[in-house]
Amino acid sequence: MRVRVLAFARLREVLGFGERDVEVAPESTLDALWAQLVPAAQSASALRASTRFARNGAIVDGSAALLDGDEVALMPPVGGG
Amino acid sequence: MLEITAAPIELDTLVRAVRTDACGAVVAFAGVVRETSPDDPRPVRRIGYEAYPALALRQLGEIADATRAAFGPLEIAIVHRVGELTLGETSIAIAVAAPHRARAFDGCEYAIDEIKARLAVWKQEVFADGEREWRANAVSRDEAAPST
Repeated sequence: MRVRVLAFARLREVLGFGERDVEVAPESTLDALWAQLVPAAQSASALRASTRFARNGAIVDGSAALLDGDEVALMPPVGGG
Repeated sequence: MLEITAAPIELDTLVRAVRTDACGAVVAFAGVVRETSPDDPRPVRRIGYEAYPALALRQLGEIADATRAAFGPLEIAIVHRVGELTLGETSIAIAVAAPHRARAFDGCEYAIDEIKARLAVWKQEVFADGEREWRANAVSRDEAAPST
């Protein structure tokens, strides 16, 4: 199945895209999507710890399951105001 | 009025949006781009803001609801700007109208604290030397804070 992935701010630069369709295995979670997108590296766990996920415009945690056609946002710590 | 916009913000527009005959107090707040960074000695020249509007607009509604739940009936308008802003430009504006001033002050402060903690907006400081750095706010969380 396929999901739409949005990456913001520093995560856009780290991942090299702001918006992309990604093929994931059926019943994948956000954590599985993250592991697929972000190569295991020394800095990866710190990056994951500071990242928030949203699915279809609502904040969810990494255990949330994905459905075909979902829009997923990968969000670093916010800086608004 | 709860908006994410690329257009310049006029604080008076928000004040007019919240004022009612039942409200004796209007508190208006503007956050503006400043020259100094808390994290860097170099002078800041611009700040770029980006948002995830699908989430940020939902969060603005939640923050407005949480402000009313915490302090009682009030009128609230919040507008956050996106794009690249120069020194002195308004990045965030909030107006709160309430029957009395305490609720308006408290509501406005609570709303900006919530926005700083969780609104899906990111900023990048642009320095005089042309370098850029992403900056996160000091407090970050997903859910509304209690009012006390």
